[in-house]
Amino acid sequence: MLNKYPMWKNLMVIVFLAIGTFYALPNLFGEDNAVQVVGTRGATVTETTQRQVTDLLAAKGIQVKRSELENGQLLVRVTSSEDQLLAKEAIAQTLGDGFSVALNLAPAVPQWLENVGGAPMKLGLDLRGGVHFLMEVDMSEAIRKMEEAKIADFRSQLREERIRYSGVKVTPKGIEIAFRDAESVAQAEAFLKTRSNNEMVFADASEGENYKLLATMSEPYLKQIKEDALTQNITTIRNRVNELGVAEPVVQRQGAERIIVELPGVQDTARAKEILGATASIEFHMVDQKTDLQNALAGRLPATSEIFKRREGGEVILQKEVMLTGDHITGAQPSFDQYSRPQVSINLDAKGGTIFSNVTKDNIGKPMATLYIEYKDSGLRNPDGTVKMTKVEEVISVATIQARLGRNFVITGLTHAESQNLALLLRAGALIAPVSIVEERTIGPSLGAENIENGLQAMIWGMAVVLLFMMIYYRAFGFIANLALSFNLIMVVGVMSMIPGAVLTLPGIAGMVLTVGMAVDGNVLIYERIREELRAGRSIQQAIHEGYANAFSTIADANITTFITALILFAVGTGAIKGFAVTLMIGILTSMFTAIVGTRSVVNALWGGKRLKKLSI
Amino acid sequence: MLQILNFKDSVNFLRHAVPISIMSMILVLASLVSLGTKGINWGLDFTGGTSVVLNFSKPADLNSLRDILAEGPTESAVVQNFGSSRDVVVRLQTEAGAKSDDQVKLVMIAAQKQDADVVQKSVEFVGPQVGQELAEQGGMAVFVALLCILIYVAFRFEWRLSMGAVAALAHDVIVTLGLFSVLQLEFDLTVLAGVLTVVGYSLNDTIVVYDRIRENFLKMRKADPREVINASITQTMSRTVITTGTTLITVVALFLKGGTMIHGFATALLMGIVVGTYSSIYVASYLALRLGVNREHMMPVQIEKEGADQPSIMP
Repeated sequence: MLNKYPMWKNLMVIVFLAIGTFYALPNLFGEDNAVQVVGTRGATVTETTQRQVTDLLAAKGIQVKRSELENGQLLVRVTSSEDQLLAKEAIAQTLGDGFSVALNLAPAVPQWLENVGGAPMKLGLDLRGGVHFLMEVDMSEAIRKMEEAKIADFRSQLREERIRYSGVKVTPKGIEIAFRDAESVAQAEAFLKTRSNNEMVFADASEGENYKLLATMSEPYLKQIKEDALTQNITTIRNRVNELGVAEPVVQRQGAERIIVELPGVQDTARAKEILGATASIEFHMVDQKTDLQNALAGRLPATSEIFKRREGGEVILQKEVMLTGDHITGAQPSFDQYSRPQVSINLDAKGGTIFSNVTKDNIGKPMATLYIEYKDSGLRNPDGTVKMTKVEEVISVATIQARLGRNFVITGLTHAESQNLALLLRAGALIAPVSIVEERTIGPSLGAENIENGLQAMIWGMAVVLLFMMIYYRAFGFIANLALSFNLIMVVGVMSMIPGAVLTLPGIAGMVLTVGMAVDGNVLIYERIREELRAGRSIQQAIHEGYANAFSTIADANITTFITALILFAVGTGAIKGFAVTLMIGILTSMFTAIVGTRSVVNALWGGKRLKKLSI
Repeated sequence: MLQILNFKDSVNFLRHAVPISIMSMILVLASLVSLGTKGINWGLDFTGGTSVVLNFSKPADLNSLRDILAEGPTESAVVQNFGSSRDVVVRLQTEAGAKSDDQVKLVMIAAQKQDADVVQKSVEFVGPQVGQELAEQGGMAVFVALLCILIYVAFRFEWRLSMGAVAALAHDVIVTLGLFSVLQLEFDLTVLAGVLTVVGYSLNDTIVVYDRIRENFLKMRKADPREVINASITQTMSRTVITTGTTLITVVALFLKGGTMIHGFATALLMGIVVGTYSSIYVASYLALRLGVNREHMMPVQIEKEGADQPSIMP
């Protein structure tokens, strides 16, 4: 019997359409005003927090629609935007420093739908407003830091092995170690090689009487440093973003040295930039008491020491060796001492505590300096177009070590604003290498809404005309094609909602609109083929069968090639373009399914296996 | 049965091939000349710089805004309307020593002098290096897309047809770019997406015709290649017109209703669809014919055709 689908095929069509429709459903429910609470460093959101919050809101007379605790994140839905603001303030005040409280719009999907994984499409920044940053990590700085660490290593290793060297310094070619004779060069090379774990490559670079060993970083090690710098910076930036209190932020790596940061709904971009990009850190150094400042300023300075500016004016000589870096800091709170001077209380991790305890034990009665380091955008650019960063180093305090210090102590010598900022930055960890913003896009929330409105308008108009045309031109079959087209759109929405990584952007909406226009192609090809077969004198059932069969390879070829271009778009594109490519790809797949399998199922059910005199096509 | 362009006998489309191909060549040459001399008006995405879109509470006076801006350190500013008389876009070059934040601040101060209720709708800043990389990537994407398609079509059909398809695609891309160059329309990332979509669409058209050519070579045993191609084009003509029509309808809807942000995208598609439709006939098919495509070339493909007749999971 011609044109009868087996039951399982019909069932498959129904099941697919049902799943697509089901997962498209959540998009109909709109959004609730909500407040989001996330624990930042040291604090976690628990059921106790949840109870605390709901009790608080009940006491304030704010009606709570629903409160959910998931993945250490508390989401409290309220009924109006006024309540939302009130709730946010109240919660932030009560919970205090350890939590970030942000305004959020949560999808108002009913619980039962959410339980089976139903969620609406995620909107791109161009549709909901917010700010997008592309940041670049200054790798040369990361490498420079590593070279400095290596110098200290070489010195102590050579000393340990009693190989006499006359100096170690960084040159453009690499790290240069100078010796008095050729024998030491060979000795040092052999020894350091065994110690370097293939991280460094050594070469004898002696020129005549100048006995030198040149150490350069090996390729894999360089790659490793860059990789570490990037991941470390991403972690730090993620922490900082959390401190900012933004709902659903995105922090992602892009390529070898760039990081994408997206902050939906953020309006105060200046503050965001200041916090994200600031590379403030502190280091503790011992003061070099042996060298006279006047001599040092005249140029007689040992290689192990360096002159630094003091914040309150004047200079101080510090040993280059870092006693402790900001990496070990786990907590930092701004506060005031008994004379109401701003200070930052610091907590160290266990390792930092041990180091600090040893250092202070050995140096009681000696002065130690706190060095404040910050990288600032100089406003200038390197020849290759990257932003030139300037390093600002200042000694913010010199204090005599009175006693052995443990894991908790305070830093003084800052202004009030600085103590606030430093505490925030230290809490969120230090950036291992400075970052600069190479791209920034801010989209106002009204523009986002406008973009959605425009996209929908285009969709409605385009679709209306296409549906009308198909109906008039192909009559009953046109109606079936229209059904397929409508289901296709629903399925694109359903699939977009299902895929976790898919984001709807304005070009994405354009892609959907375009899909409407192009998706009819499959049916047009089939129907034209059926008409042709009818004209060639085939029986009606035969014509339907041949029409579908012959059009199939054409449709497949045509769609595969379009799919290839969409795939390439997806591979090279960023942000909005990727969004377009995703909808295009999904549209191709779903339209092939609905146009070929879906319409066939309907046609078979209506007319399959019957004796027909005329076909409404 | 309502019909558009449905011919009983095959129409000799290729009769017009020579004059239309010449016209196509002139179009391509003109596009190349324009691209060479005028170049492309690269948008912010590619050049880098800062652009601020402002929304005034009343129609904005662009001239006075320009004058105010010219006084400050933002003299290179380009001020234009953006979709409506109340929306204004200010574009700034990235200047050495100037920070984008400060530039944006100056623009806002200037705008507020004219209208205290002005709203900042969007700010974009792109570093020059990022733009440079994007341009390279974009060019690469188009190139890779063409290459992949060349391989796919050669594999599925035949190398002469493959050459024709890629020539048609290159033709469409060049002419679309040419239009952007001649009219000096801004070429940004969404336009690049548009151009790549044109590649996909135009190929779609070409493949449909090719598919029919392959089929007809096997069916019409006595016809010469020219007749086969004419018949194939005739048979697919009504489909081509309808699909192009429905796609054009949606693209026109995007152009008119989609808002300023996807205007460039819609423009590229409009141009690409029109050019892509005739190039599938007068460039792709005609070139394959000139390269000497004939029945023997289509024989190996018959193996795949046999497979298509067998029952499959698809209808």
